[in-house]
Order: sequence, then C-alpha cells, then structure tokens
Amino acid sequence: MSTFRELDGYDRVFNFGNCDSSVSLSEYQQTGGYEALRMAIGNPKQALEEICRAGLRGRGGAAFPAGLKLKMMQGNTEKQRYIVCNADEGEPGTFKDRFIMNHIPFQLLEGLTIAAILAGAENGFVYIRHEYPLAQENIKRSIAEAEAAGLLGDNILGSEFSLHLKIFSGAGSYLCGEETALLSSIEGKKGRPRVKPPFPIEKGLWGKPTLINNVETLANIPAIIAKGSAWYRTLGTEDSPGTKLISLSGDVKKRGLYEVPFGTTFREIIENFGGGMKEVFDLKAVNIGGASGVVVPPEELDCPMEYGKCAERGITIGSGAVYVMDEQRSILGNVHNRVHFFLHESCGKCTPCREGLRQVNRIIDRVTAGEASLKDIENLERFTRCMQEASFCGLGQAAGNSLLSSLKYFREEYENSCVDCVEKTSERGELC
Amino acid sequence: MLKTIDIHINGETLCVPENITILEAAKMHGIKIPTLCHFPDQRVKANCRVCVVEVEGNRNLVASCSTPVREGMKVRTNSARVRETVQTILELIFANHPQECLTCIRNANCELRQLAAEHGIREIKTDMSTPLLPLDNSTPSIVRDPNKCIKCGRCAEVCHQVQTTGILYSHYRGINGAITPEYGKTLAEVACVLCGQCAAVCPVGAIHEKDDTAAVWAALENPNKHVVVQVAPAVRVSIAEEMGQAPGTIAVGKLVTALRRLGFNKVFDTDFTADLTILEEGNELLQRLKNGGTLPMITSCSPGWIKFIEHNYPEQLAHLSTCKSPQQMFGALAKTYYAEKSGIDPKDIVVVSIMPCTAKKYECTRPEMKSSGYQDVDYVLTTREFGRMLRQSGVDFKALADGEFDNPLGISTGAGAIFCATGGVMEAALRTVYEVVTGKELAKLEFESVRGLEGIKEATVDLDGLPVKVAVAHGLANARKVMDKIQAGEADYAFVEVMCCPGGCIGGGGQPYVTKRETRMARMDAIYQVDENMPLRKSHDNPAVQQLYKDFLKEPLGEKSHHLLHTHYQKRGL
Repeated sequence: MSTFRELDGYDRVFNFGNCDSSVSLSEYQQTGGYEALRMAIGNPKQALEEICRAGLRGRGGAAFPAGLKLKMMQGNTEKQRYIVCNADEGEPGTFKDRFIMNHIPFQLLEGLTIAAILAGAENGFVYIRHEYPLAQENIKRSIAEAEAAGLLGDNILGSEFSLHLKIFSGAGSYLCGEETALLSSIEGKKGRPRVKPPFPIEKGLWGKPTLINNVETLANIPAIIAKGSAWYRTLGTEDSPGTKLISLSGDVKKRGLYEVPFGTTFREIIENFGGGMKEVFDLKAVNIGGASGVVVPPEELDCPMEYGKCAERGITIGSGAVYVMDEQRSILGNVHNRVHFFLHESCGKCTPCREGLRQVNRIIDRVTAGEASLKDIENLERFTRCMQEASFCGLGQAAGNSLLSSLKYFREEYENSCVDCVEKTSERGELC
Repeated sequence: MLKTIDIHINGETLCVPENITILEAAKMHGIKIPTLCHFPDQRVKANCRVCVVEVEGNRNLVASCSTPVREGMKVRTNSARVRETVQTILELIFANHPQECLTCIRNANCELRQLAAEHGIREIKTDMSTPLLPLDNSTPSIVRDPNKCIKCGRCAEVCHQVQTTGILYSHYRGINGAITPEYGKTLAEVACVLCGQCAAVCPVGAIHEKDDTAAVWAALENPNKHVVVQVAPAVRVSIAEEMGQAPGTIAVGKLVTALRRLGFNKVFDTDFTADLTILEEGNELLQRLKNGGTLPMITSCSPGWIKFIEHNYPEQLAHLSTCKSPQQMFGALAKTYYAEKSGIDPKDIVVVSIMPCTAKKYECTRPEMKSSGYQDVDYVLTTREFGRMLRQSGVDFKALADGEFDNPLGISTGAGAIFCATGGVMEAALRTVYEVVTGKELAKLEFESVRGLEGIKEATVDLDGLPVKVAVAHGLANARKVMDKIQAGEADYAFVEVMCCPGGCIGGGGQPYVTKRETRMARMDAIYQVDENMPLRKSHDNPAVQQLYKDFLKEPLGEKSHHLLHTHYQKRGL
C-alpha cells in the first residue's frame, strides 16, 4: 500500500550533512560537489537535455517545467541577460530555502551557475528576504569562496563562461516572492506585479531576458546532471519526478524539514516522517501549501503528493508547507489569521484582491466574533471566488484558498457561529 | 501584409490580426467588454479587472485588456461566470465608494455609474462604508476627492508618461493604497502644473476641475457689475461636442449667442489678444535676433507649461517670451483700454474667461496678473463648466442662431484661432514675422511642417534668405526633451513653441470627456477650418489691433505694452 520509502544515502537530491553547520566548499567537493558544473561546462547541450528529461518542475509553487524555461531563454537573441534566484521564501510555514542556504549553500550556487550558463546569463542576483540575515551572510561568504576557487566570477573553471552574483535583500513584502514584483523590487520600484506577457524570460530585469527560479529548483540541478535524469526519475512518479522538500509543522511529533519523494501520500508524511500526532488529540485538518494553500480534513490525506493528482483534488502543493492541526485547533481561527495576513500583504493594485480582502476581512472578523449572519457566509464565498477568478496575480488568486477549502469541508463551523443559524439556536436553548 | 488568425468569441469564429489583445479583437467585431482602467492611448494597466473573460483551458478568468489573442483561442465574454464576476467586482467597488452619485460632479458621465447601470447592479449585498479622507482643494484649478478614487491609475499614467510631471502615483499598499502626491501632500505643495490631464482621464469624480460657475452666476446677477466674457480659440470647436454633438463640430456663432443668453454684457474673443500676442511676441523675437538676446525664445501662452519650466528648469527662464498669455492680455486691456473707451469704472468690470484649461484658473490668480490695478481676469470657466451653465439655463445649443462677437475686443483673424492647436502659435507668428521681415506677402499661409500630432516638430523657415530654425513641442514629456537639449546647449533653434497639453489647447484638461487621439484630430481639423473661413488670416491685418496700437498702446514693446502685456517669471524649483 505504501509508496513511502526511506531515502538512503544515495537516493537523495539533498544531503544536508551535519545539521549544525554549513557544508564547506571542500566538504561539498569531496562528496562530488561541482562535478555537475564541470560536466555542464564540457557539454551544455547534454546538461540541458538532462534537466528536460528529468522533468524538473519549479518548486516555488507554480510548478512550471524548469527545462522548458531554460530552452525559452536560449531562444532569445538579446545579449544582456540575467539570472535571479528567488530566495524570498515568504510563504508562512515554509523553511526549506532557508535550510538550503544555511546548510548547503554550494549546492545552490552550483545549480545557479549551471542554470546561468545554460541561460546565457553573466550577471545575477540572489534575492533573499531580509528576515534571513544568516542566509544572506552564508550565501555572501560562499559566493566569495566560490569566486576565489574559480567556480564563480570570470572564466569559471577556465572556461569562457562567467557569472557575477550579487545578493539583494528584500524589505519584508510577501508579494515580492511573486517573480515580476521581485524584479520590480530589484529595480528599485514598488514591489508590485507586472502585466504578463511579456514574461521575465522575454522582458525581465530592466527589460532584459531573465531566468528566475526558486532556491529549491536550482539546488535540484547538480544532482540531476551528476547522477543523470534516469536516476532522478527513479525518485517520485512519472507525473512528478524527484523529491520535494516538505516543511512539516503543527501538532506532529517530529516537526522539521523532510525530503519526500513525490507520490508519497500526505498521511505518510504525517505518520512516517512526522511520527504521527504529538498529543492524544485526533487529527482535525491539515493545511497544505502555506497561507495560500488549502485546508483539508483527514479523509483527503490519502491523496499522493503529485501535481496531477493534487490538482484533481483541489490540493495545492505550493511551497511544500504542511501544517497539521489537531482537534483542539479552530479552523475559523486559522482562516482568520490567514485573511489578516493577506489583507496586510496585498499590494492594492487590482480591485478584486484589494476590495475583496477588505470585505472578506470584515466578514471573517464578524464570523470569529460570533456576530455574522448566514448571508455573510454567502458573501464570503462569493467575494473569495471573485478574488480567485479575477485577481491580477497569484496572491489574490490564492488568498482565498484556505477559506474556500475550509468552507467546503468545515462549513458547519462557519454556520454554527452565525447569529441566525437555526440549529445553533435550538442547541443553545437546550443547553441553557 | 498583416497576418491574421482565427479565434472564437462567444461561439462565433472571427478573423483578427495577430498580436492584438482579446479586448481589441472583441471591439473590432462589435463585442463590448466593460473597462475602467483601460484608456485609449495609454499603456495596459490591467488593474480594475472588469474586462475579465473566460478562455478555454485557463483555470481562472483572464483580463482581456492584457491577454493577446492566439490561434484557435476560445473566448466567452458573456457567460454566467463572467457576468457574476464582473458584477461582484462592481459591487466590491461600490461597497467602499461614497454613495453620492446624485450630487457628484460626474453624475452624468461617470464611467463607473454607467457600468453599474449596464450590469444591473441593484443592490450592494455587503457592508457599505465610505472612506473619510480629506478633500484636496488646495489649488484654484483642480479638486481631488480621494474618497471617490477607484485606483485605476489612469491619472498617474498620464502624469508620468504624457506629462512627466510625476505628481500622482500610488502610495501605500493593500486597502490603504492611494493615488496621491508624494507623502500625501496636497497639490499646492508639490510641483503640479495644474494642467488637469489627470481630471480629463479620471473615470469617476475623484479628480475634477474646481467649479467656479456659482461665482459667475452671482456676478451675472449683480446689477452693479459689468460682466464681460472672453472665449478661448479651442472652445469654439469643443462646446458643441460638450453639448452632445460630434467632436470637431464648429460653433462660433452659436457660442456667442449662448453667452449672450447667459447674460454677459459683452461677448469678446481671446482670439483678439491672440493676434495682439503675435505682434508683441513677433517683435520680441525680432528684437532678440537683432540684439543678440537669449535664444531660442520660447512661447509663454500656456500656463501649465510656464509652471512646469519654473519648477523644472528654473535656470532657463530667460528663454521665455515675456509676453503674457492672450487670456491675461485680455484681462489687462479689458480693465484699462475697454474701461476707458466705454466709460465704465474698472472696479465694476468683471472679466470671465471660457477656457479649455484648468491651469488658466491658476494663472489668473498669479500675483503678477494685476496690471490694471485689479485682478485682471476674475473667473475662469472650463469648457465643461460652460456646458454646465448652458444646461442649467436651459439653452438648446443646437437650435441657437449665430451671433457676432462685440467690438472692439471681439475682432480677430484666423491666426488667432489656430493658437489652440499645437504648432498654431508658431504658424501665426511666422505669418506675421515673415511679412514684417521681408516686406513681401506670403504666397501660402499654411505652414504644414508645424501642424499635426507628432510630439516634436522641427522646421527651418526661410525669411527671404535668413534661415530660421524653429521647433514645436506639445505635452510636457516632449517639452522636457526640447528643454534638455536647450539646457545642454545643443539646440540651435531661434523660436520654440511649447504647449502643455497633448495636441495643444484643443486637448486641454478642461475639455469635454473623453479626449483621445481621434478627438484631438477632429478638433484640430475644425480649427484649421475656422482659420480658412476667416476673411483675415494674419494677426497684423487685424484692424482692431491696429486701432489699439494707434489709440492706446502706441507701439509693440512700448511702455504701455511693457506695463500691461508683459510679465516676469518665478524660479520655483522642485
């Protein structure tokens, strides 16, 4: 029944080594680090083929095929190009990129360098959120070490390829994790999303073709090239090859970061990786995909973590945040918290997100205060659907995911809190 | 040849050019998609989202204004899903919009109200709230009501892209988002030039001209006041449009009759002082050319442009002609020359201007503009306010008989009329300067090279062997380009015309809604038609102007002219 299997030393994309410190350049190289870069410099075409064949998809949330993006970059004739690593990890409950940057910086830098070579970019930025000072420090130090070792900078490993990387610190906006807002932020503009098309690969940073990838996506690349796409595809499923870093939190025994092959069910993630529930209380709901993800009841947890199957079930893998709630937790409280979060983070550019969140926030405040009416619940659903359908960017489109899914699975919690809920009135009468 | 593709909208197969948006494709085939932030001639913003449509294969709806068509695309613009979403967006806007439609200045032409009517919004099913932000009425020209702002961004777009003044932009985020001057300052505290282009593109009542109709009504009702009115050139080709006729409808005679009906004691014409401006400015140019004065000389009739150069190029003010604008020359003469001639005490004269412009409202309040001993021009009404007064007084504009301007300040030439189109002042000046310098009569009056909507027009005019290089810029983005060249010492022009608004005054911030490229073209064509219809087409041929010099001013650039018709400028900086 179980698709879960322990990852042995070899069958891993990530090797975090000793979790107390950062893997040094020499340690990384001793375990095969920078072999992939040598291979990619020797045969870039082959390297790109491997990435395409591996079926690597973006790990930031949108799951766009990484190889296809690289190929689209190559189709552009513009000489000046950029690579940007999105390390703005702002999705609540997600801590995978921080872990990579704090512990295996060279795996990220190697992946970044390979991607830059394939994309034809000689300049790049690592956009790290300002809440990650240690990661900024570690990446900065690692860039300097890699440059000193000839693994970055001019003529990497004596080749004709060069890459100059700079760190750019975010300023605290969640929305700057959205790729076009991130680019605007680097340009010194307001961190607001841009109209697409043109996409960043056509007109990105300062109007130049720009490859922008998430930290985890880039960190997958060295293993794919060094060990081959065939090996990579032994992990995960046909639809979603490889592994996903899962940030597991909430009411489980062993909270933490796990590398989980695609195809593993969410129940297995909780039971096998997380060691099951922390207390004696039963599992009530799981939030998958962070604040912009969905809230699902235990019955949904046998869904394998795989893009296709999850999409069918309306589950968003997103950044890979899994937050487990036991029966003591309030769904309304959880959703209330998320709505407040999005109200704070919405940029206000488009009508559905700005005005939708204004109304949804008022209603959810009333719901949690027990002052809402059933009509409010109808409006809540209508406005949230409008946000999802019509918002400018992913923030507004996904802001209502937890709300809509919780209304689907836990509607009675909403309705019971309404002043005009019939059952509740009679129940209260009996109790009093 | 244009490549075309087939797409399907609402089940119909349509052949459309590639590389256009769904919105454009739909429009080409008579399918209306609602819009709010979309504005002709502006970049795509895709903020308001009321143009969303269903595209097969897409999980969510897409904004038709920003989504390009592709071969075989299946679009639905009128499904229940689309209709419900658009209605909800409108409801969401209304839920946080002041419920003042009945008393709003945009009541009759608000794009949001129009959409609500079209989409059958009958009930706002959620909590209504009204923001309580302070009104910005700090300037004599423009009023900003941030409570009515729907954050479509049209004003900011025109302020940044067309005018490069960069006064209005989006501040803060989320529900606190606002489109305001920097740090929430008022318009009076920043380098706003009051051109009113923001008001001209605002779909709702969030930015509009300061309405001065009440003060004008009061003056007209006051039996102790002699109220005279002057009408700017541009108004004769736009008031009919304001009253519901097609853009470019000419209405000189009806305009005069309408003003008489409102009760003005005398109906005069700014074209008269436009002609006068040519004589003063033309002579100033010749003097500068002769005496080695600062060149290029730049025109000074556009008050938004004057404020712009004072803020942005304070070191270049010597380039400006010292001539007042025709409006202000008129005011100064009305309360001196006309007062003397008609035997009316200037303190009892009220001068009202009908202008296509919001900056003119500010210009008349400048402290320098009191050379008659009184405020030379008392009230300025925009074309839109003038239209409002006509409606209030029950004037059936289309049915009016033609009237004639009063003497003497109502006599003008075609050269004065074309002042309102970009290149017009230049053309009028060249008609006069050529004949003054060469002593010969011009064979062809039309200077085609300075006409049209191109942003910067350059020409070299042969003044009988003396080549004079001139340039014409309209819209402040273009003016900035020319000024940068002048500031860098890279411009070899002798004479430059600058108009603040795109198209010149015919595209002014006080003109009828909606001013887009085609509207500008229509109004421009109309004003050149007016010029052609005039018996006199050169300013120096204006007999009333000749009489004015003979009886009163004596000579161009003379002492009286210096006192009444010329001015100075202020270094304002940013």
